[in-house]
Amino acid sequence: MTELPPAPAGPSGRLAITSLDISFGPRKVVSIDELRLDHAEIVGIAGESGSGKSMTTLAILGLARTVGATVSGSIVFDGKELTALSQDDLREIRGRRIAAIFQSPSTAFSPVYKVGTIVTKALRLHGATKSEAADRAAEAMRQVLLAPDLLRRYPSQLSGGQLQRVAIALALALRAEILLADEPTSALDVTIQAEVLDLLRDLRETTGMSILFISHDLAVVAELCDRVAVMRNGVIVEQGPASQVLSSPADPYTSELLDSVPKLATTK
Amino acid sequence: MLTFVVRRILLAIVVVVGVIVVTFFVAHVVPGDPAATWAGPHASAAQIARARQFLGLNRPLIAQIASYLGGIAKGNWGVSVHTHRSVLSDIMTAAPATLELVLTALLIAVVVGIPLGLMSARRPGKPADQTIRAGSILGVSMPIFWMALILQLIFSQRLKLLPAAGEYSPGLLFTHPLVKRTGFPVVDSLLGGNMPMFGSTLVHLILPAIVVAAYPTGLIARMVRAQVLDTIGETHVLNVRALGFSERQVYGRFTMKQAWPPVAAALGLVFGYSLVNTFLVESIFDWPGLGSYAAASIATLDTPAILGVTLFVAIAYVIANLVVDIVQAAIDPRIRIR
Amino acid sequence: MTESAVAQPPAVVPAGSPGGRVSRRQVAWRALKANPLLAVGGTLVLLIVLVAIFAPLIAPYPADAGAATHPFSVLTAPSSAHLFGTDQVGRDILSRVLYGARVSPVIAIIVLAIACAIGVPLGVAAGFLGGWLDEAIMRVTDVFLAFPPLLLALALAAVLPASLTSLTIAIAAVWWPWYVRLIRGQAASVAGRPYVEACRALGVSRLRIIFRHILPNSITPLLVQVSLDVGGVILTASALSFLGLGAQDPVPDWGLMIAEGQSYFTPDWWLVTFPGLAILVTAFAFNLLGDGLRDLLDPKRSLIS
Repeated sequence: MTELPPAPAGPSGRLAITSLDISFGPRKVVSIDELRLDHAEIVGIAGESGSGKSMTTLAILGLARTVGATVSGSIVFDGKELTALSQDDLREIRGRRIAAIFQSPSTAFSPVYKVGTIVTKALRLHGATKSEAADRAAEAMRQVLLAPDLLRRYPSQLSGGQLQRVAIALALALRAEILLADEPTSALDVTIQAEVLDLLRDLRETTGMSILFISHDLAVVAELCDRVAVMRNGVIVEQGPASQVLSSPADPYTSELLDSVPKLATTK
Repeated sequence: MLTFVVRRILLAIVVVVGVIVVTFFVAHVVPGDPAATWAGPHASAAQIARARQFLGLNRPLIAQIASYLGGIAKGNWGVSVHTHRSVLSDIMTAAPATLELVLTALLIAVVVGIPLGLMSARRPGKPADQTIRAGSILGVSMPIFWMALILQLIFSQRLKLLPAAGEYSPGLLFTHPLVKRTGFPVVDSLLGGNMPMFGSTLVHLILPAIVVAAYPTGLIARMVRAQVLDTIGETHVLNVRALGFSERQVYGRFTMKQAWPPVAAALGLVFGYSLVNTFLVESIFDWPGLGSYAAASIATLDTPAILGVTLFVAIAYVIANLVVDIVQAAIDPRIRIR
Repeated sequence: MTESAVAQPPAVVPAGSPGGRVSRRQVAWRALKANPLLAVGGTLVLLIVLVAIFAPLIAPYPADAGAATHPFSVLTAPSSAHLFGTDQVGRDILSRVLYGARVSPVIAIIVLAIACAIGVPLGVAAGFLGGWLDEAIMRVTDVFLAFPPLLLALALAAVLPASLTSLTIAIAAVWWPWYVRLIRGQAASVAGRPYVEACRALGVSRLRIIFRHILPNSITPLLVQVSLDVGGVILTASALSFLGLGAQDPVPDWGLMIAEGQSYFTPDWWLVTFPGLAILVTAFAFNLLGDGLRDLLDPKRSLIS
């Protein structure tokens, strides 16, 4: 495994993962030596589907147990060791300070609720009053360039792109510091993809949100992320600034991944 | 939503017409020549022919069906061979007692079945789940006429805890007479402030209601379990967890909301099934409802009455399903936005 | 339908098998272990079938299953001579209960065979051929399904002369619509698949498509449905016999036995208790089996046992 680039001077990363192991019984699916997420940084985890990337999201949120996985190691956020927190404490962090958006936005919201209901319920769960929740929701919707009254619709009445933006708006409204984005654009058309990526960049600029961007699509990772970690079978084989890793990869696997990205330039 | 409701109501009316036509055919499936039966065993051919004409049996089938339909619509459901009263009025007298029983049973089924189903779904595979599952399957495998008898044996006869029969203690009619308002003894006694009677009606309701509730409770518990387990793996549940909601809220609120439409559908189904189940149970408990009426009609081979009750219950079933469909559409927008 | 955002753990390679391949036996054994419902249900059903087949050998008083009467041992409580006691004409209840295993399940099988015989062709016609035939069949089916099953069976059984045959006909007449609906769904979904369209384009005859594609695909859901329905039919049949609309004396039908025993109930509790228990256990066994089969064979359901 390549050495980590020297840590930037200043406060230690917002989220620091050390020696994280996620296992299903005796079988280890993820083993991360070190991964950091700094303030206003977009870090990408790139790798093939099934390489354990999504499990990392669950582990950070403390939800690995719900799929039957066990977690060992250290995940430090804001000075707190997440793996040692109780579920009650974790629930205060979930959504409010660390938010997540997932692949397949069309199933991210319960089909029997209006989208806005979920948003306001989440906001009120974390302390907002009814009117505050409504206001923040509306404001967040505008920030993602959606009309606030779309909140009154059901998921079946919104497109994939719109739903993903509502999910991002939710993270915004909750004023989360970290956004875990698990394959957020994989189910979307390319043009919509670009819009969502722009949105994520904006988020980082305006709010200083840190984003952990997980994707199997190297092209997207290349475009968006400051730093990239390449994951293979649950292990990070290479980590570093995006420009460096993607132009001169140190690990042969990274080269393989890069080669598999279709290139526009013709070879004739 | 309105178009959906209107469409469903029209469909229900068509189904009801179909139901009446089927009942007509059942009535006419009776082997042998009804005219000959009517005319008597020693009737001559001419007398049988006259009987046929009198009964309108030589009209074309469509005409017979049409007049049958017309009669039903006008409230002419035939005359009971046994009680010699209009079948419809017999049914109307008996219906409230049965409705009281069935509605109570469904209430029990929902109040007990849903939490059991949730409990089962939260720990799939664990002992609690296995026990509840086995219990639910037991509930839907139970021959309820037998269950009625056994419960009567245990709780009335041996343990002397609960009354064996009747809607209330007949003695109370003298000391605390029941004033009929709605026709439901439980409601009427409460409305009249007649507390001793109210207590008596409740106590008498327990055994029959539990018996009728066995099947619905089992069904609902299984349904809730299946629905919740189906939903729990979906992304939106993960999303809700990731937002910080507690497990209780994840299961009880968000997942349950999606489970309600099928549960509502099940309720419509078991309403109809329970109505029919009362046929098997009411006479055991001397419960003066449709069930006793039907059982007595069967015992006396009172065909008009049997068919009348069949028609009544079938129509009630269609209406129940209509209501359920509308409620389902109100909860789950995907149903009406088709 | 269910979208999971979580990476599923890769299938675990079973240990102890040469080269990692699992024999069918091991798969079956594993399936049974993972599915206690199926195991218990299957065993019970097997027991019941054995009892039915070997009743003449197991029953202590085989003649009592018929018209025998023993006026001197009327209504005796359970004892070592008569484990389940005797009934109102002195017949041994244990023997009658054992022989009853030949009545109910057999009725159920006949009913379901008829239901399939009518339902499958109609369902295939409706689902595969579509058009006005589909509409017509489905409307008729809908009307039948608008009745709670027991109700219509009851009405039919009431107007027919009371006998086991009438009972069977009445229940079959009520049960077939469910199978039309089931098979129609299957047929329609298979008919809509691209490979079937390809077959048609290649000129394959409809009949061939039905027999080679639609029917094989329908066997599994049909099997599951039948196993789930056996319990229901048994309960319906015993209910109708209880009401006097089915089996007549001296047939050792459990429902009939309960009806006859009712007059002597509470003091002579054994007349009612044991036949009822038999109904319960039989229905329970078949329901367990049906549930277990459904868990096992239905690809949409996860094995949550």
